Amino acid sequence: MAVLVVGEIQNNALASATLSVVTAAKAFNTDIALLLASDDCSQLNSSIDGINKIIHVEHPDFAHPTAEALADLVMGFADQYQLILAPASTFGKNFMPRVAAKLFVPMISDVIEIVDVNTFVRPIYAGNALSYVQSLDQQKVLTIRSTAFSPAPESQSPVDIETYAWEGLSHPKSRFVKIEASNSDRPDLTSAKIVISGGRGLQSAENFQIIEKLADRLGAAVGATRAVVDAGFVPNDYQVGQTGKVVAPDLYIAIGISGAIQHIAGIKDSKVIIAINKDPDAPIFDVADYGLVADFFDILPEFEAALAELGY
Amino acid sequence: MKILVPIKRVVHYQAKIRVKADESGIETYNIKYAINPFDEIAVEEAVRLKESGLADEIVVVSFGVAECQEILRHALALGADRAQLYIHPDPIEPLVAAKCLEAVVKNENPDIVIMGKQAIDDDANQTGQMLAALLDWPQATFASSIQIENRQATVTREIDGGLETICCDLPVVITTDLRLNEPRYPSMPNIMKAKSKPLSIEEISSLQVSMTPHLVISKVTSPPERSPGVKLNNINELIDKLHNEEKVL
Repeated sequence: MAVLVVGEIQNNALASATLSVVTAAKAFNTDIALLLASDDCSQLNSSIDGINKIIHVEHPDFAHPTAEALADLVMGFADQYQLILAPASTFGKNFMPRVAAKLFVPMISDVIEIVDVNTFVRPIYAGNALSYVQSLDQQKVLTIRSTAFSPAPESQSPVDIETYAWEGLSHPKSRFVKIEASNSDRPDLTSAKIVISGGRGLQSAENFQIIEKLADRLGAAVGATRAVVDAGFVPNDYQVGQTGKVVAPDLYIAIGISGAIQHIAGIKDSKVIIAINKDPDAPIFDVADYGLVADFFDILPEFEAALAELGY
Repeated sequence: MKILVPIKRVVHYQAKIRVKADESGIETYNIKYAINPFDEIAVEEAVRLKESGLADEIVVVSFGVAECQEILRHALALGADRAQLYIHPDPIEPLVAAKCLEAVVKNENPDIVIMGKQAIDDDANQTGQMLAALLDWPQATFASSIQIENRQATVTREIDGGLETICCDLPVVITTDLRLNEPRYPSMPNIMKAKSKPLSIEEISSLQVSMTPHLVISKVTSPPERSPGVKLNNINELIDKLHNEEKVL
């Protein structure tokens, strides 16, 4: 039995979610291979604690891989691995069900805990319940929720790197056209230590820029509720919640957020949650460790002064 | 051009979810059901493609209990042309649902399957991708915009870190994200008209797919609750807690 981890790559570097998947893979106490498909693998040779080998696959199609290309690649390795793991990001969610269907085994999405080799815990109903799922098939295809597992550290000892030549799809039926990256120098929402999110209480895109400034000051990532994204104040990939991104920072700062169930589902694994809201009855106060009933803009000058004192 | 829209009946998104005391599942007594919101977006998108002259026929299909007729009638009222219900009493896992849909696709030969990216009950986000794999069709998941031209679908996808556009040959499976459209409310005349649109009901066995589950759900529990926090009086108290007690600032 061995584990294949399909790594996610962003800007020719390993996405941090992949390191969390490696931690999850260690629960199986067996060999772990890390499959890295990119148009340029030259920067992808850092060793990670717990993995036995890295497989490099270089092909121009993997600059922006389609689900069909990734599934085809992974199928080339499937008979050597009993477990196939990837992050439960839009990367993993896109191609992993395709792999499972080709293998005709079920897939278990968004795993947050590995109870034993056959039993996995995953959230259902937007995180309002946890399901303990047992797979009856020998081979298992899992996506791992990265916020539930700490990232595996880099390792100093060198790791074997194999290369694999992928032929490409003989008749590709889909093609990459373009990507509009929401360009940001801020840390990634899912791996940031501090996240500041704004809700409907902010009322305008201009007010949201104040949140963004504050985030830059704290070195924080910026999130938003679905209402704010739908109103067009911020791009869609700011959305935090069950249907957006699930975050688990050390500090989550919720500003003008009422606390809809689906938003709370995306933040409740944060270490410390603070909420600032005018409405003393907002449900966000039921999950926040510390609450402040106030208009955010009234207390902003004090907040900024206090941060300056702390050296931010 | 024909569009197939698979739809699922799920617990209403505003319903309060409570786990049963025996941990066998969630409490469904007296709970409100509705069409899965992502599937409703899929129906709306299909109707818009028909209204723009790109599609001739929209078929909606659902697997489940007899009450699924309600969501199928709702889809007909939104503008779908005919509906199929395949009766099955138990929950269907994504792989089995994809196998059943594969059988429906082989009967109906649609050019496009549009469906929700996930159902809000099991949150699996798998069935569309699995269906595409079983059919060996291309897929475009998490769509926020769809353009059809010259037997090709150009789809903008909501991915982590931005928007990706891909182009797929038809036939294709497309899964919908939240911002693809805002479904209309069906008008009273359309609700009345929907009552006379064709809705076939058969046992799921007619699809000749093995319904044997591959997964066992051993228990369903409530998530750990966060202990209730404290309300503070001013920003200095807050900063003090964050800096001196929690050490996160």
